[in-house]
Amino acid sequence: MSITRSYQEINEKIKAGKVVVVTAEEVVAMVKEEGPEKVLEKVDVVTTGTFGAMCSSGAFLNFGHSDPPIKMSKVWLNDVPAYAGLAAVDAYLGATELSESRGLDYGGAHVIEDLLSGEKIKLKAMGFATDCYPRTTLETWITLEDLNQAYLFNPRNAYQNYCVAINSTGRTYHTYMGTLLPNYGNATYTTSGELSPLLCDPEYRTIGVGTRIFLGGGIGYVAWEGTQHNPAQKRDDNGVPLTNAGTLAVIGDLKGMNRKYLRAGIFHNYGTSLYVGIGIPIPLLDEEILQKVALSNEELKATVYDYGVQKRSRPALGVVSYAELRSGKIELNGRVIPTAPLSSLEKARAIATELKEWILNGQFYLAEPVASLPWRDGVKPLREEV
Amino acid sequence: MAKRRVVLTFPPELTERPLTYHLVKDYDLAINILKAKITPGEEGKLVLELSNGSPEKIDDGLAFLEKQGVIIQPLSKEIVLDEEECIHCGACTGVCTSGALQVDPQTAHLVFDRESCIVCELCVPACPMRVIKVMF
Repeated sequence: MSITRSYQEINEKIKAGKVVVVTAEEVVAMVKEEGPEKVLEKVDVVTTGTFGAMCSSGAFLNFGHSDPPIKMSKVWLNDVPAYAGLAAVDAYLGATELSESRGLDYGGAHVIEDLLSGEKIKLKAMGFATDCYPRTTLETWITLEDLNQAYLFNPRNAYQNYCVAINSTGRTYHTYMGTLLPNYGNATYTTSGELSPLLCDPEYRTIGVGTRIFLGGGIGYVAWEGTQHNPAQKRDDNGVPLTNAGTLAVIGDLKGMNRKYLRAGIFHNYGTSLYVGIGIPIPLLDEEILQKVALSNEELKATVYDYGVQKRSRPALGVVSYAELRSGKIELNGRVIPTAPLSSLEKARAIATELKEWILNGQFYLAEPVASLPWRDGVKPLREEV
Repeated sequence: MAKRRVVLTFPPELTERPLTYHLVKDYDLAINILKAKITPGEEGKLVLELSNGSPEKIDDGLAFLEKQGVIIQPLSKEIVLDEEECIHCGACTGVCTSGALQVDPQTAHLVFDRESCIVCELCVPACPMRVIKVMF
């Protein structure tokens, strides 16, 4: 009879200081050396990590009321518009919203990073006068500390796998997959491979609504399935999707985060994005969960797409493993193409290690999901009607 | 072995003369063209790495070019990476054809080898953190 364990048992071990935690990289090597039975017996939790650009991110902010009060209908933070159609002093600041004065070089992601750094942010608001909110304009400076609430609510993060991008055309393309050199000059990839949260739990057996996670250096939660969540993507024999599939919507208090794990980035000629650090613990409830979490970079694969084709459906050119991608070059239809990562493996490792330490120190307990992520077919395209 | 990197500016009338040929033939220098922008009838730019000779030979070769009317400046531009602010994503390595920027396969740390950098500057806009700069 193979070993099984419950969330409750694991949390009791955390409390007693007896829990055994390893990272998703460490578990790959352990299973190879010792075999799955011994590892399952010994290890309670495996920690994962990823640190990359996650464009569908942003923050809800509550500014507090001025005197006389204003019903803010338009809001700018350092000249970056935020959505304010939420009561009087709530706003949502999106990571890819661009500054009206600085264009592609500064956006919502930078405001979030600057807030986190403790910098003063210029708040500008406009509204129409009502009997209860007589004021129509406001200009002041705020800091993260001044805000009543500031929490990240990222509609699509932690993509389960992603494309590898190449460019077959004769000119350089500047994309959210980085600078793609002409004539198959390079191939870029993202995800942290065997450390990547949803690659470690490909069938969402432990990651669901309510899962407690490491988010931006603080504690967060999986709030919902992410937008464009697509579990029905083509999967390999080992059950792992071959390209971007599941996604997570995550939430967490910005005030508890750390700039080390939450950074603003700029993609040339594309705009801004937020680099989000996410770490998710995988409880080793049974042998099947261990088998999946122990899949190595040789066994995890991604599909190569031609980003030189400016269409919704780009042609797929082949499938490569993360081990090949990490080696610095891939071979594709007889061509040798140099590869470059876009997400930081060094940070992903630091996140998995930090989360492991939190659990070992009894600072972080595992939360059992209150609902599973759905298994729904496909992502619908936008139909255009006249 | 002496090695020097120089930026050569050619007046329009010189762009059609085989000056680098003389550097090889008469001064026995090895020439590595790092960057070139030569269009007949226009001012041309050439960034060269000269090696294979003694410092004197390089001096002599450059003196010859100067005599022909070429303006010579040392390659003083340099790529500087702010290590503190770098997130080690590796996006810059995708455009670094000289291999000066690489992610160490063991540590996953971004390593910059200044010696192999040809100052093509492609990494500057490729860096999403904007922590790679050109210094003069």
